[in-house]
Amino acid sequence: MTIEKALADKALTLKISGRIDSKTAPELEKTVQDALDSITCLVFDFDDVVYISSAGLRILLIAQKKMNSRGEMKVINVNNDIMEIFEVTGFTDILTIG
Amino acid sequence: MKELDIEALVDNLPEVLAFVDKQLEAADCSMKIQMQIDLAVEEIFVNIANYAYDPETGPATLRVEVKPDGSAVIITFIDHGIPYDPLAKADPDITLGVEQREIGGLGIFLVKKNMDDIRYEYLNGSNILTIIKRLSS
Repeated sequence: MTIEKALADKALTLKISGRIDSKTAPELEKTVQDALDSITCLVFDFDDVVYISSAGLRILLIAQKKMNSRGEMKVINVNNDIMEIFEVTGFTDILTIG
Repeated sequence: MKELDIEALVDNLPEVLAFVDKQLEAADCSMKIQMQIDLAVEEIFVNIANYAYDPETGPATLRVEVKPDGSAVIITFIDHGIPYDPLAKADPDITLGVEQREIGGLGIFLVKKNMDDIRYEYLNGSNILTIIKRLSS
């Protein structure tokens, strides 16, 4: 997994590539936690994400809870396989996907 | 039937998934089903790594068997840690809003949703968890 960060004012975009699994998730969690207090908009670009396990879902949920009180959060460019995981877990109802 | 004996550590997850994927690729498994199986394998293996021998670590054995007619794959996980039936845990309520949603509990839920059958038994000091996934629709 690789994470490309793009910060514009208080909007952070994280372009993630590869697999978000139990081994790689801690790096993503740290990136998100370090940024959360200073931003009002968080975008996860999932264009090159090929896999997400519950370890990754957990981070999205933590981030969404935090961003609800600070501004907005979006997950963009979600492919069909990842979308199915979001649907099965009810994440389509709690995340802004588009 | 292929078997892998490995130390149950999260750091060994890539090796575990590579072992499983090799058998699935040999069985011409679709990418979508392979991802669903990878998810299940990850959740179960990581559970063993995090809890079975806590605070120590210990071994896990994986057996992967593709039925001769290619219709299904059967994956068995064996550890010798504390007795733990992951199926006994209640499913998370996935209809709750974001504020009420609990962090965690989604892993085994994903296994249940994506596999066709799951069986747990505790036998002779071992946790034995078996997942079955049909490969052909």
